[in-house]
Amino acid sequence: MALEKIVFKGIDIPGNTDLKVYEEHGGYEQWKKILKDKITPEEVIEIVKKSGLRGRGGAGFPTGLKWSFVPQNTKKEKYLLCNCDESEPGTFKDREIIEKSPHQLIEGMLIAAYAFQGGVSYIYFRGEFVKGWKICEAALAQAREAGYIGENILGSGWNHQVWTHRGAGAYICGEETALINSMEGKRGEPRIKPPFPAVEGFYKSPTIVNNVETLTAVPKILENGPEWYHQWGTERSTGTKLWSCCGHISNPGVYEVPMGYSMKKFFEEELGGVWKDRALKAVIPGGSSTPAMTPEEFFACKMDYESIAEHGSMLGSGGMIVMDDQTCLVEVAEVLAQFYHHESCGQCTPCREGTGWVHRIIQDIERGQAQPDVKNVLFTVFDEIFGNTICPLGDSIVMPIKSLMDKWPEEFDYYIKEGKSKITGKARRPKKKEMPDNWRREKPFNYPKTEDYYTDFSKTAHSN
Amino acid sequence: MAFELTKEKQELVKEVITHYPDPRSAILPAMHIVMDERGWVGDDGCQHVAELLEVPIIYVYEALSFYTYFPKHPVGKYHIQVCHNIACNLRGSEELIEHLVNKHGIIENALTDDGLFYFNRVECLGACGNAPVMQVNDEYYEDLTLEEVDKLIEGFKKSSGNGKNN
Ligand SMILES: Cc1cc2nc3c(=O)[nH]c(=O)nc-3n(C[C@H](O)[C@H](O)[C@H](O)COP(=O)(O)O)c2cc1C
Ligand code: SF4
Ligand code: FES
Repeated sequence: MALEKIVFKGIDIPGNTDLKVYEEHGGYEQWKKILKDKITPEEVIEIVKKSGLRGRGGAGFPTGLKWSFVPQNTKKEKYLLCNCDESEPGTFKDREIIEKSPHQLIEGMLIAAYAFQGGVSYIYFRGEFVKGWKICEAALAQAREAGYIGENILGSGWNHQVWTHRGAGAYICGEETALINSMEGKRGEPRIKPPFPAVEGFYKSPTIVNNVETLTAVPKILENGPEWYHQWGTERSTGTKLWSCCGHISNPGVYEVPMGYSMKKFFEEELGGVWKDRALKAVIPGGSSTPAMTPEEFFACKMDYESIAEHGSMLGSGGMIVMDDQTCLVEVAEVLAQFYHHESCGQCTPCREGTGWVHRIIQDIERGQAQPDVKNVLFTVFDEIFGNTICPLGDSIVMPIKSLMDKWPEEFDYYIKEGKSKITGKARRPKKKEMPDNWRREKPFNYPKTEDYYTDFSKTAHSN
Repeated sequence: MAFELTKEKQELVKEVITHYPDPRSAILPAMHIVMDERGWVGDDGCQHVAELLEVPIIYVYEALSFYTYFPKHPVGKYHIQVCHNIACNLRGSEELIEHLVNKHGIIENALTDDGLFYFNRVECLGACGNAPVMQVNDEYYEDLTLEEVDKLIEGFKKSSGNGKNN
């Protein structure tokens, strides 16, 4: 394997979850330096701005610029929320960081919060990441013990506290305003912007939401300077990016790749090409919300924001999903549609109803029971959803599925016409039929009994 | 019977409240603590959380009904959650699910008769590089094959003393 990790070298250092090991490799030096040399917050923001670091959570917004939006003429507390909700199918890079290099993330958070003068920060984990959460809790305890977090840090007079918070299985809480609502103990429903969180976020206070990968890159940028970060990539996409690669490839995993690297070279040398010596059919390059690419588009592009956009997709979160030539793309479309249908928060009608329409129509195709003009219906629904919703989740169902239908129309046409998959030769779902009279099972399933979990509130103090 | 956390856990909840500007923020953390104790939350869990945080119970219900991670009823000793999203689908999660149903008789969204297993599908678990993946209680099991699933299930049955080999 040719590519070594650079900014995220910590992931490959054994035992790096321990404070001692991290310090041996130069850990917390930048944090100490900022406090000791009294580097001003403006200087920190300037360095990050110059480095060209852009948010790695999906949107790619310039990080230094975002921090500079926080109003300083306010008495309210300012908050930093680290987004470790990581639920976008195909994305699993943040998990590597929190499980293997948590201190670098914590140092990055301390520096980021200092840069916009935030006094409290939280790491929002997706509920399922129990292991990563425990590792980060242990790391935080060590950092508190060592005096990097808390009151009057290292004698500088600066106070900062870091807490963890666990989500509970809702993809939409990765969206920054939904994350804020979730942190307030509410349902994870996105808010209408503006006001942007940097001005009015967590409990109406200025709040910055940043992805784990973005924050983890910060200490290295301060250590080596913005020019060092600029040596990779292009004018607008600088530095390196973590790519999480999965699906039909020989070597799935997380890779750190300089921006602008050749996709073809990366695919062949690092990922080992398609598994089982099969041919490539399609790639979703940036997490399941981004449009699929044909092999021609995929091999022609470079691994940065602009090049991938020129070739018909988006870099997104860097979650690459590879599909070989035996993949039925109608099935892929169904799996994606059911995901977005399930995860829609339900606030906007186009998203709540539209995702359901798309999901049910594709299921009908898979039963061989679709109407002949069903593709037009789907395209109409896409038009109704796209751009008409509060948050980008609505667009997220449209982009991948529309791209599959646009770029591989024959597969959909065949399924609709013949009632079976062009690839597997079978219909994936049984036809819907009338229920026979005896459709109930003789012995019902052992569902949990209501009295096992139902509380009779009429017998408690709260009922009067 | 109303549910109550142990005194120790109640103190933990009280401690967690201090992390936030408002106790309402502690709803999810408190429900996680309830889950840790008995594996599911449910009505009485909600009531208890509302009392501890001194927030209206509707706030807690609102959250419980939104977040799928908290079961609202008992889920057996082993709560099996198999990812059926795209990366796992590409690497055989459908066969795995069929195998659980057909070979082991573990039916979706139902308790097995012995009360050991409850199985449901979940969305991406964020471990797609090691697909197919399933989560049993708090643990991830990755790069699964059908044989490994057999071994795991047998192991669970044995360690709870209900297995055929016992
Ligand atoms: C539906 C949806 C889901 C998202 N999920 C995540 C996520 O899991 N992790 C993440 O870091 N950002 C996610 N984002 C992006 C965030 O809204 C936000 O842009 C990001 O956390 C900002 O951090 P950054 O500037 O460091 O990228 C999601 C956005 C949307 C619309
Ligand atoms: S687009 Fe969908 S997920 Fe986003 S706010 Fe609207 S209903 Fe909720
Ligand atoms: S798709 Fe199964 S873990 Fe991501």
